[in-house]
Amino acid sequence: MKGMIRAIAILCLLALLPVTVLADDSYSMKQDGFSTSYSYIYDYWGDVQEAPNPYRVSTVIDSMTIGLDKLDGKRMSRPQSLFVHEKDLYVADTFNNRILQLRYDGVEFELIRVISEVKGAEPATFNNPYDIAVDADENIYVADYFNYRVVMMDKDLNFIKAFTKPTDSTYDQGLDFLPKKIAVDVAGRVYVLGANINKGFIKYEADTTFTGYIGANQVSVNMAQYIWKRYFQTKEQRAASQSFAPTEYENLYIDDEGFIYATNTIFSEYDLKWDKAKPIRRLNSLGGDILIKNDRYPPIGDIWWIEEGTQYLGPTRFTDITVLKNDLYVALDRTRGRLFGYDNQGVLLWAFGTRGNVEGAFTSAISVEHMGYDLFVLDQVENSITVFTPTEYGQMIYDANETYLNGEYDRSADIWRDVMRMNANYPLAFRGIGRAILRQDDFEGAMRYFEMAHDQESYGRAFKLYRKQWIEKNILWIVLILAVILIVPLVIGRVKRAKWEVIMHEQSKVRQ
Amino acid sequence: MSRAKSASDSVKALRAEKRKESWSRYLDSLRYSLHVITHPFDGFWDLIHEKKGTLAAAHTFLILFLVVRVMKLILTSFQFINAPIQHINIFEEAGSLALPFLVLCVANWAMTTLFEGKGRFRDIYMAMCYALVPYILIQLPMVIISNGLTFEEGSIFSIMLSVSVIWCCFLVFIGLMQVHDYGPGKTLIFLVVTVVGAMVIIFLVLTFFSLLSDAIAYFVSLYREIVYRLY
Repeated sequence: MKGMIRAIAILCLLALLPVTVLADDSYSMKQDGFSTSYSYIYDYWGDVQEAPNPYRVSTVIDSMTIGLDKLDGKRMSRPQSLFVHEKDLYVADTFNNRILQLRYDGVEFELIRVISEVKGAEPATFNNPYDIAVDADENIYVADYFNYRVVMMDKDLNFIKAFTKPTDSTYDQGLDFLPKKIAVDVAGRVYVLGANINKGFIKYEADTTFTGYIGANQVSVNMAQYIWKRYFQTKEQRAASQSFAPTEYENLYIDDEGFIYATNTIFSEYDLKWDKAKPIRRLNSLGGDILIKNDRYPPIGDIWWIEEGTQYLGPTRFTDITVLKNDLYVALDRTRGRLFGYDNQGVLLWAFGTRGNVEGAFTSAISVEHMGYDLFVLDQVENSITVFTPTEYGQMIYDANETYLNGEYDRSADIWRDVMRMNANYPLAFRGIGRAILRQDDFEGAMRYFEMAHDQESYGRAFKLYRKQWIEKNILWIVLILAVILIVPLVIGRVKRAKWEVIMHEQSKVRQ
Repeated sequence: MSRAKSASDSVKALRAEKRKESWSRYLDSLRYSLHVITHPFDGFWDLIHEKKGTLAAAHTFLILFLVVRVMKLILTSFQFINAPIQHINIFEEAGSLALPFLVLCVANWAMTTLFEGKGRFRDIYMAMCYALVPYILIQLPMVIISNGLTFEEGSIFSIMLSVSVIWCCFLVFIGLMQVHDYGPGKTLIFLVVTVVGAMVIIFLVLTFFSLLSDAIAYFVSLYREIVYRLY
C-alpha cells in the first residue's frame, strides 16, 4: 500500500514537473533586463552579467549645498537641463525662470551667478527657460520657451540677438515657436528642437536666418499597416487611430566634430530590437544617421524589458545624451533611471543606475552632462544634481580604449588584462587582449581570446595566420602523406595488373 | 548423445548462417542508400517494393543523423557556428529533431491511409530515413573540413550545408511520391496536409498532458483533503 502511494506520488510529481518549470519567475526578471545588481553589462547571449561599478557618487548637490536658500530662499524648481562649458556647469532652473552658473573644481561646487535677466532684450526676463548652450566665446544661448525665442547674450549678459519663429513657408505659421532643446556648433549655427515640430531640428545660421530642418524622422509604415488602414478601416476608425506622422526628437548634443547626437523616445517598442527605432542617432550635415553599430545588439539600452503598461516598465527611453572623448557616449534612460555608456563602435561599456531616492538613484532623471570623465545627472523631481566620478575599473576601461585608439596596442592590452582581473565577463577586454597578442604573432593565443570574446571575424583573421604558420611548419609531413596517398594505390594497381598479366599469360600457355 | 550434440551443432550453425545472412543483408541495405540518393525514382521504388531496404538501416540513418546534428553543434569551427556550448544538452538537441521527425511520419501515415496512399507506416519511416542520407554524407565531412577553413572561405561551408538540406527535401518529396504511388501534385498537397496533421497531433498531446496533470492534481488534493479529515 505504502509503495503504491509512493508510486502515485512520484507520478504526480512527474506530471507537475513541466508546470513548475514554467512557473520559474527568473524568466520575468530576465525580461526586465535587470538582475538585482546596480551595475551590469550584457554578454554575447544577451544575458545580464553583474559588473563592478564603473562610477561612484562623489557628491549630490541640491539648492542647499550651493547656497540658494541663503541667496533668495528660492529652491530649484523642476530644472530641465544641464550644460557644461570648461569648468562651468549651467543649470536651467526652468520653473524659477533663471539660469544658475556653478563652477566645479573637481571636488566642490561654487555658485558664481544667477542669470535671470538679459540686458537690453525685450522682454528682459525669461519665461520657462528649458535649455542653455554656451559657445566657445562664452556667449550664452537660452531656449526661452514661453517667450517663443532663443536668446543669445554675451558673457556679461548683454543681449546680442534672438532667434525667433521662422517666417518661412515651410514652418507652419499656425504653430507657436516653442524651443525646448538647443545646441550651438562651432560656427555659431543654432539647432533648435521645437515642441510640436516633427520635421527635425530647426536650423539657424549665426545671423539668425532660418535655413531649414535637419534630420527629419522618417515615417515608417509597413505594407500590412498601409493596406489595413487604406482599405479595411472605416472613416471613423481611421480618424480615431493615429496618423502616420514622423515623431519629435527628445534631445540633442553636438560633439567636438560638429555632429549632432539625437535621442528619440517615441517609437513602438517592437521596432527597437530590429534597430528600426534608432533611439540614438548621429546626424551628419545632411541629416543622415551615421552612428556606428558594430555590436551584436544595437545601442538601445536594455535588451529585455517587460511590455509597457505600468510606470516603471517598457523599453529604455533615452532622455538625454552626452558625448565624451573619443566618441564614447553616455545616454540617460528615464524609464529606469539608468546610464548606458557606449564606445565609438556602439559596444556597451557599462550600464548602471536605478530608480529610487537613495544616493546614486534617480526619481526622474532628465539631463546628463560630463566634464572630463565625470558625469552630472539632473533629477527634475528631487531638484538635485548627482555627480559621478569614475572608479578605478571605470577609468581603466576609458584608458584601455584611449590607448588603443592612440595605437598603443600593447599598453592597451595590459590595461585590458587589469580590467579582466576585475570583471571576467567583459568581452571587450578579451577582444582587446586578443588584438594585441595577434600583433605579437601569438596566433593560437589570439584565437583563444577571440573565441572568449565571441568575435568570429577576428578569430578568422587569427586562424588564417595560424593555418599558414602550421602548413609552413608541417609542409614535409603534408607532402609525404599526400605522396603516400597518391602513390600507394598506384603501386597496388601496378602490382595487381602485373599479377593479372602473369595469370593471363599462364592461361594462354595452358590453352595452347 | 552425439546425435543431440550434432543437432544442437546444426542449429547453432543454422543460426550463425542466418545471422551472417541478415548481417550481409543489412550491409547491402546500407550500401543501397547510395543508389537511392543518386537514383531516387527507381531507388525508392525498389527500396519498398523489392525489399531492398531494411528497418535496421533506417534506424541507423536516423541515429546517424542525430549524431551528426549534435556533432555539428559541438565540433564545427567556432568561426561558423557559435553555439552556447555551456547550455547545450545533447539529448535535448537530438530529441528536438527526432520527435518532430516521428510525429511527421505518423501524421503522413495517418493522412495518406485515408486517401489511398499505398505506403505502410514502416515504408514511410524507411523512405524518410533514407532521405536523410545526403545530410549525413555532406555535413559530417563539412564539420571536419570547417576546422581548416577561414572566415572568408565560409561561403563554401554554407553552400554545402544548403546543398545537403535541399537534396534531403527533394528526396523526401520523391520518396513519399514513390511510397504512396502518388503524382507530384498530390504529394505536394499531402506534404502540406502532413504539416497540419503534425500540428494537430502536437496540440492533442499537449492537451492530453495538461488535462492529465489537472486530473492528477485533483486526485492529489482529494487525497490530501481526506488525509486531513481523518487525522
